[in-house]
Amino acid sequence: MLPPSKLPVRKPLHLHDKKLKVLEKKAFEIRKDLIEMLVEAGSGHSAGPLGMADIFTALYFHVLVHHPKKPDWKLRDRLILSNGHIVPIRYTTMAHAGYFPKQWLNSLRKMGSPLQGHPEHHWLPSLETTSGPLGEGLSQAAGIAYAGRMDGSPWRVYCCTGDGELDEGQCWEAFQFAGDNKLSNLTFIIDRNNIQIDGKTEDVLPLEPLADKLAAFNLHVIRCAGNDIKDFVRAVEEAHATTDKCSVIIASTIPGYGVSFMENDYHWHGMVPKKGAEERQALKDLRTLWGRIQSEHE
Amino acid sequence: MATKKQEKGLNPHMFLARNIFDTKNLKQIPTRDGYGDGVTEAGKTNKNIVVLCCDLTESTRSETFKKAFPDQFIQMGIAEQALASIGAGLSLAGKVPFISSYAAFSPGRNWEQIRTTVALQNSNVKIAGAHAGLSVGPDGATHQMLEDIALMRVMPNMTVEVPCDYFETKKTTIAGAKMIGPFYFRFARAASPVFTTQKTPFKIGKAEIFRFGSDVTFVAAGPVLYEALMAAEQLSKEHGIEARVINAHSIKPFDTKTLIQAAKETGAIVTIEEAQVSGGLAGVVCETLSLTCPVPVERVGVQDTFGESGEPNQLLEAHGLTSPFIALAAIRAIDRKHGRSMTTIPAHITAAEEKKQTLRKLTFEKAIRKKF
Repeated sequence: MLPPSKLPVRKPLHLHDKKLKVLEKKAFEIRKDLIEMLVEAGSGHSAGPLGMADIFTALYFHVLVHHPKKPDWKLRDRLILSNGHIVPIRYTTMAHAGYFPKQWLNSLRKMGSPLQGHPEHHWLPSLETTSGPLGEGLSQAAGIAYAGRMDGSPWRVYCCTGDGELDEGQCWEAFQFAGDNKLSNLTFIIDRNNIQIDGKTEDVLPLEPLADKLAAFNLHVIRCAGNDIKDFVRAVEEAHATTDKCSVIIASTIPGYGVSFMENDYHWHGMVPKKGAEERQALKDLRTLWGRIQSEHE
Repeated sequence: MATKKQEKGLNPHMFLARNIFDTKNLKQIPTRDGYGDGVTEAGKTNKNIVVLCCDLTESTRSETFKKAFPDQFIQMGIAEQALASIGAGLSLAGKVPFISSYAAFSPGRNWEQIRTTVALQNSNVKIAGAHAGLSVGPDGATHQMLEDIALMRVMPNMTVEVPCDYFETKKTTIAGAKMIGPFYFRFARAASPVFTTQKTPFKIGKAEIFRFGSDVTFVAAGPVLYEALMAAEQLSKEHGIEARVINAHSIKPFDTKTLIQAAKETGAIVTIEEAQVSGGLAGVVCETLSLTCPVPVERVGVQDTFGESGEPNQLLEAHGLTSPFIALAAIRAIDRKHGRSMTTIPAHITAAEEKKQTLRKLTFEKAIRKKF
């Protein structure tokens, strides 16, 4: 066991209204930067990253015990991104958290950039793993969590995965392993946005009844609204409180959240907004909550 | 043979595009379009053809077939291992399945399923590897398949084809549908020059001489074959070196006769491929020659590294796959043939590495100079 002074401080997660407001504002800023970054890159994925902005904000600014200036700190919580294609949201959130200068966001998908099109560990070690090909992050997360438990480590492992990704058989092999080994230090977070490249998940290869399937794999299933920071934090608290099972959070998110022409449209899975009208419209939608409030720029 | 009479220049019997060196006006079409159009055309005469795809219908161009024959299209979801074995099952019941995904995942992920249920069983499955090579571009290393040629070549019963442009990919697809047995072919995402024509001869197992020459031989496969032709022109103009250019689209079975003849007549070989130099085209060339007619071989391709994000043309330069680097490799091969002294590390490799570092630095610095 580690001496108490070496243990990271895991504060209670309970969200006060004041903190919630700060996080919500942060998520908005992150979305704005995300759009600008994607426009600059000219290719990549939009819908998934936008839908996950609230969860990434909550993770990096509330849930994770981490140290942006010391990314290799041994006692950090590990965040594994299995569906690597949504990495733009991770890059943007990490820039906001202080892992690297915000200017780097201009270099996404460009040659020589640590911000590779899909996350690559050797270009940016704070990404923890390399991903893109689907299904592999879940197994790696299970391996990391298993090692953590062997050493009695205090850190936790969180693994974000897509729902389309669950088509891969490897995901279910990882679930079997995590369920069998009761990896309570590991929390899977499923981005249940109901879309994949070719269409709606339930049209391409239906996943439902997803919660029942996961429960049958001996996992503790928690549902939450993925675009509601408070609800997501509550789900994480429940996961932390579940000590006899590995938890999986099914976070129902809205793909393309906040941008009128992207929300729930699977065509935006693998496209980015173009410079000009599309970019302006997307930013305006974000600023005005689709015109429900007046933008301060107007 | 024609080679005796005409010792240099393009082979007129290959019916290459008339404006082949007019780089500005030469048509550019991605080879993946050749797959979509080819499999659709094959479907018109063979009702047993089915296309399976893993959630990448548009980008693999399986969509063309799906639109024409919706009942013969099977959506697999993102499940490449099942793709291979369900494909094998379909073939055991008389269908001719084309299993399509990105080459990184099929045959990358499902290699073992292919080994047992396709190759070992000798099932009539056609494996269409999309997004092969570096030209995938910004998606980065995870999606740039460079090891597929080597992986598939070593599998018994497997036929391996690497077509060079739109027309050849279309012909490859149609030929693959006609032949019986396991068949792998790879094609790319980016648009590339269409320098062959419908009349250009194509046969599985046969290499074609696209350009005559007697000083050195370029053995190339895939869209980079165009760069080899450009390099040959450059060498002819600038150094008076006449390079023979062989289109070695058929990796397996390999046309050893054409290769050995070239080795004997030119005495120096350069292989060019958009893949790892170990095991792939360079592998088959070196193995064949060392068993029959050992001559100096230089390998142009990815030198035991992974790819990265970048524009397709940047990446091809950074890995020394464009004509200036091929020319350097040719000069070295010729120097070796004549027993001249030379650097330990080939100049085309050092030059490409320098280019890579410069491109990385300049591109990244330019990007982050902008205020965010």
